[in-house]
Amino acid sequence: MRISGKGLVKNATQIAFEFDGAQVHGMAGDTVASALLANDIRLVGRSFKYHRPRGILTAGSEEPNALITVGRGAAQDPNVRATQQEIYDGLQTASQNRWPSLKYDVLSVNNLVSPFLGAGFYYKTFMWPEKFWEKLYEPFIRHAAGLGALSMQANTDKYDRAFAYCDVLVVGAGPTGLMAAKTAALAGLDVILADEDFLLGGRLNGETYDIDDQSGSAWAAQMVHDLSQLDNVRIMARTTVTGAYDQGVYGALQRVGHHGPRRNPDAPLECFWRITAKRTILAAGALERMIAFPNNDRPGIMTASAVRTYLNRYGVVGGQTVAIFGNNDNALRTAQDLSDAGVHITAYIDSRHDANVTGDFPIYRGATVCDTAGALGLTSITIQHAGGTDKIATDILGVSGGWNPTVHLTCHMNGRPTWSDDIASFVPTPGAIPGLTAAGSAAGHMSTQDCLQSGIDVASAVIADLGRTAPQLSAPRAEGASYQISPLWAVAGKGRAWLDFQNDVTVKDIKQAAQENFRSVEHMKRYTTQGMATDQGKNSNVAALAILADVTGRGIPETGTTTFRPPFAPVSIAAMGQVGQDKGFAPERFTTSHQASVDRGAPFIEAGLWHRPSYFPIAGETTWRQSCDREVQMVRNAVGICDVSTLGKIDIQGPDAAKLLDFVYTNTFSTLKIGRTRYGLMLREDGHVLDDGTTARLGETHYVMTTTTAAAGLVMRHLDFVMQALHPEWDVHIQSVTDHWAQFAIAGPKARELLRGVVDQPLDNETWPFMACGPVTLGSVQGRLFRISFSGELGFELAVPARYGDALFRELCARAETLGGGPYGMEALNVLRIEKGFITHAEINGRTTAFDIGMEKMISPKKDCIGKTMAARPGLTDPMRPRLVGLKPVGDVKQILAGAHLFNPDDEAVRVNDQGYITSACYSPTLGHSIGLGFLKNGPDRIGDRVKMVDHLRDVETLCEVIHPIAFDPEGGRLRG
Amino acid sequence: MRIKCPICGDRDMREFYYQGAAVMLDRPAPGAGDQVWDDYLHNRDNPAGDTRELWHHGAGCSEWVVVTRNTLTHQISHTALARDVKGASS
Amino acid sequence: MRFSALKILQQGLTGNKGWTHHWRDPQPKSEYDIVIIGGGGHGLATAYYLAKRHGLTNIAVLEKGYIGGGNVGRNTTIVRANYGMPGNSEFYSHSLKLWEGLEQDLNYNVMHSQRGIINLFHSDGQRDAFAWRGNAIRNQGDDAELLDRNDLRKMLPYLNFDNARFPVRGGLLQRRGGTARHDAVVWGLARGADQRGVDIIQNCEVTGIDIENGKVKGVQTSRGAIRAKKVGIVVAGRSGQVAAMAGMRLPIESHILQAFVTEGIKPAIDHVVSFGMGHFYISQSDKGGLVFGGDLDFYASYASRGNLPMMEHVMEAGMALMPAIGKAKVLRSWGGIMDMTPDGSPIIDKTHVDGLFIDCGWCYGGFKAVPGSGDCFAHLIATDTPHPAAARFRLDRFKTGVGLMDEEGTGSQHNLH
Repeated sequence: MRISGKGLVKNATQIAFEFDGAQVHGMAGDTVASALLANDIRLVGRSFKYHRPRGILTAGSEEPNALITVGRGAAQDPNVRATQQEIYDGLQTASQNRWPSLKYDVLSVNNLVSPFLGAGFYYKTFMWPEKFWEKLYEPFIRHAAGLGALSMQANTDKYDRAFAYCDVLVVGAGPTGLMAAKTAALAGLDVILADEDFLLGGRLNGETYDIDDQSGSAWAAQMVHDLSQLDNVRIMARTTVTGAYDQGVYGALQRVGHHGPRRNPDAPLECFWRITAKRTILAAGALERMIAFPNNDRPGIMTASAVRTYLNRYGVVGGQTVAIFGNNDNALRTAQDLSDAGVHITAYIDSRHDANVTGDFPIYRGATVCDTAGALGLTSITIQHAGGTDKIATDILGVSGGWNPTVHLTCHMNGRPTWSDDIASFVPTPGAIPGLTAAGSAAGHMSTQDCLQSGIDVASAVIADLGRTAPQLSAPRAEGASYQISPLWAVAGKGRAWLDFQNDVTVKDIKQAAQENFRSVEHMKRYTTQGMATDQGKNSNVAALAILADVTGRGIPETGTTTFRPPFAPVSIAAMGQVGQDKGFAPERFTTSHQASVDRGAPFIEAGLWHRPSYFPIAGETTWRQSCDREVQMVRNAVGICDVSTLGKIDIQGPDAAKLLDFVYTNTFSTLKIGRTRYGLMLREDGHVLDDGTTARLGETHYVMTTTTAAAGLVMRHLDFVMQALHPEWDVHIQSVTDHWAQFAIAGPKARELLRGVVDQPLDNETWPFMACGPVTLGSVQGRLFRISFSGELGFELAVPARYGDALFRELCARAETLGGGPYGMEALNVLRIEKGFITHAEINGRTTAFDIGMEKMISPKKDCIGKTMAARPGLTDPMRPRLVGLKPVGDVKQILAGAHLFNPDDEAVRVNDQGYITSACYSPTLGHSIGLGFLKNGPDRIGDRVKMVDHLRDVETLCEVIHPIAFDPEGGRLRG
Repeated sequence: MRIKCPICGDRDMREFYYQGAAVMLDRPAPGAGDQVWDDYLHNRDNPAGDTRELWHHGAGCSEWVVVTRNTLTHQISHTALARDVKGASS
Repeated sequence: MRFSALKILQQGLTGNKGWTHHWRDPQPKSEYDIVIIGGGGHGLATAYYLAKRHGLTNIAVLEKGYIGGGNVGRNTTIVRANYGMPGNSEFYSHSLKLWEGLEQDLNYNVMHSQRGIINLFHSDGQRDAFAWRGNAIRNQGDDAELLDRNDLRKMLPYLNFDNARFPVRGGLLQRRGGTARHDAVVWGLARGADQRGVDIIQNCEVTGIDIENGKVKGVQTSRGAIRAKKVGIVVAGRSGQVAAMAGMRLPIESHILQAFVTEGIKPAIDHVVSFGMGHFYISQSDKGGLVFGGDLDFYASYASRGNLPMMEHVMEAGMALMPAIGKAKVLRSWGGIMDMTPDGSPIIDKTHVDGLFIDCGWCYGGFKAVPGSGDCFAHLIATDTPHPAAARFRLDRFKTGVGLMDEEGTGSQHNLH
């Protein structure tokens, strides 16, 4: 019910939203939780295991019970805390984990058989018959488990990520955080003040006491306003600092668009911030904890501070009558506020015999609540006191077991909090996070006055630490009540006493775990699932480990805690990763000929980050093979054009350029003549092949290296390493020029003819022999020409500055077409190179050596090079290693498949008989049959032998003859022509 | 994690590539023997504490940086250019 | 006590007062035949199989913290046998077969769920590499199937088929792959070993290894000296430090691997699925949490926690592959300490010290290896000869180059596997 005259939402406009199909009215400024309570709706969910009725327990992000699903369709958002979700017109919400309805939930039958479903019961059964786990038991468990549901439709919302930097990050905008932020801001520091609530002020908004002469909430609003006027302060509401990471980096989730109907479709729903802070002040407050007493889980039972927050902030009480049960002085404040608001208080129960309590309501000292009643919501409680037991009717029970400082962030680097007997709770261990200091109630200061002072003190220390002068501030006047507590974790009695409300972990479960020797707090947690629910034990861990400590005869500090890990509150996968959805996952690289290739209808494939054309279909072609075969024949018989710009190009200059190349390549480049190109093989230091490619010498101290497309970045870094970490004394410089040059292969017997008129220089065999290179001109354009070939035909690669790439490609293709040629794509390129036995990363797969690919003679005996020593290890030179061969089919089956394995023809196709495998395969239109490249044990000595290719996956078995890797034109006459 | 590049200053670890222990600076002679090479390439002190390691500032200045970092706390106590470290020792 | 549905019924009707310890907490004796250093999955499995297969029961497992507190309690629970290289192929095959009988063997439900694992590929080159691997798996006698896009659309309709940066072109399926409840494996093995007489000693940190004349004599611990005829080191994440007590320098660098779990949601993902173009693999636990992970954080670390860049990369990969999981909320992230070797494959071998054995270097693949590693390490310790399924896991293979098992082909840089 709404209490007239109470709450900060009292003058707000009325809002209608939906809960489980029914329309519910609330006020602007309400959360779903406060609006439901205002309508006396106490039942909002079901627990995880026993499907017990669940109500609202808290008023914050720690809520374990009131989880709802918001929205429908692709926007459906499960497990939203009703205590955080702001209401707006048209908001759709629904309860979860119940079927067919919240009131009548079939699986609540679990509650009836709960004696058989105690801690870890599932480890002891469901094992017979063996096959039934996947078929019967597991599907049943899976469907019963889980909370809300994903729509499993693709996400259509935008999320964003951002970086921020500051001198001081203040986590939490309660009294402590506001004072700390003000202090730091006045010292001229850049401040970020983040709070997960939409209304800043922390507990001040849930309390009635004054600061100076204002109400606490008004003081907070004034402070927020004042801070917002400062240029050096950034206030981030609805922002949860989720994790502490190294060197002052913090993750933070900002809820940007959850609090209203979506208007701008481009605005993100959430933004995940990476905040780098020189110093951090943790002013995250404290969370009230429950007491475990029999049947303490009924809807209507909540923390006393939540009762107070709903009353003072929202003007709401969830029923007509309220009882309060506590073990500390703070609980009394709830009763006083309720009493002042005219709410009927049925009982005030304090477990302390000497409790200093006065009030206009029935008071029970030295008493506890030992039972409750009410099927779907609380109807009565039973009080146990010195004189016996009293059963009292009540709608709401507020419980205070004391306060736990919000230490979580301080544990994110494996630090453990320190036990404080004074407040019967854990407090942050100083220094647990470098640069972070806790202040206020997060540090164990329990009065408002102490919190305000702590905010000033901690901020002043931070200011001094950063070399600034702290302003002289004195804390405003506020309540300074002392906080006395007498620990009470559990009340003995008949019936189950809940600790973890969501996971249904009771005191009995903890005891049973200890009985079964799960005595380590980590074992207890994992065995009972205590603290593994969506609140990660924020509401229950301290009590659970106190009970474990008790039953195992240890103290709480000795028993220790489990570890709090990031995130502090759950973060959607989309908040951190939506930028990677669809094309956002990786950059796209396009060649200069991309549009021309698109114009020609080429389909594209990914080559690393690049998009490259597969083939260029012409009229009448319906399959890729038709296009590919034509393009191969075109290159063999006329001329083809292929964009090879994706290959890495590294410009290498300096007096020691040749030394560098001699050291990174197995073969020698210092002897290469100017104007010539040489094929080079590069090893990793472990002796396996790193990459291959051609390097051209353009001048005495100037080379251009070509790498494979895949290894371009790798090789660049490798060269940097050699130059800086191994030989900084060398005078040589490198620069990646991959993107600077557009480079095209012109391959085929008519290549020279095509280039006549494109390139100004004559290209006869004498001036431009095989492997020649040098500058050329194309009219006014300065280009470079390399006479190299990856097809086995007469071939050139012509490079021009990238801005001319598109024009040159179109011109080359047009000229090729007049000669019976045209562009060719990756498929044809692959066939051409397989026919010639040229290797790619299919062969140099990171496990192969120069020896394996038949290039061991390229390791120069005259010099050291990277990888030379380790390549000589016995295991890398064993003749029985699988080594490069070609293969062709000789039986009825003609198919050769990459990835198939090789066996002797009469052997069974099992591992112990494995002789090797196929790395590349294609149909060769030139030879008229399939061919393959592969690695075969002792392969070079087995040319002419027969082997059996077996592909179990595709059910193909092909008898093959082992042939030389170069299946076509082994003498190489064509490329020298 | 943030790393102070001697050239560029304090930078996010996203800009760097990690390679491994800084023993890779001390490449043995070709004939140093298989144990020396095995130690160079494979075997590691792998301390739980301060260690010297090589990071490449690939998305920055392309310098290889020797970082002294604690493997338990991730605190970084010193950074230097590999070329300077190498130059000082050779 | 033998577990059964009947036992649960009996106990439930009598107030669950009769349940007894899963394992004892004995005081360490002054001498054992065999001391196993490390009470993780592999250490407990070693003790279990020493007792079960070799009848050796005068064994202590020494654990510095609580059993199962290392990587076996902080992984993504995937069990599979889909390796391509000789050595790995036969070993993981052996391990998977042990998994398939583990629950009956242990009388403990470790929730081994053979829900199928699918590795997606996105290019012709990846397809060929997966075909090579799938055929190797079949050569070994295990199951593997190559799926095309149409198969995948039926099995995994929630993948991004239509607008992906790297389109899904197919996948390699192993139906016998799946998951298991990681903690239950620890407890089941501990209970099994304990029932056979093995002493499991928690909170007992080994501080030294006693060696005389090249032969192991025992260990020094935080709870006193313990003599032993044989000692097995099986302490993934701390292998370097413990081996150093015996003067060894291992081919290992320790790295962080993060993993993540979301809040519980109703069944959404039925298989184990892994992305081929970003580091991301995912399954859904029986409790409903999406359990997923990615690649190493890439820097050497013993901190068992990671940083944001890899976390964000993993989330991006998840959104790229399956944009339907975006509204699942990450509840917890954690890190394990991986023993990374120069070829990404493990070591089970004797050492230069007589009677001292080592089992380490599991990289990020140790969970599925638990029973296999235990069985093979037990065999080596008991018989002084390698188990045939682990004969290639030699410590000297990096020096000789013989039998390297570099599945990824990324070379001798520890963190690249």
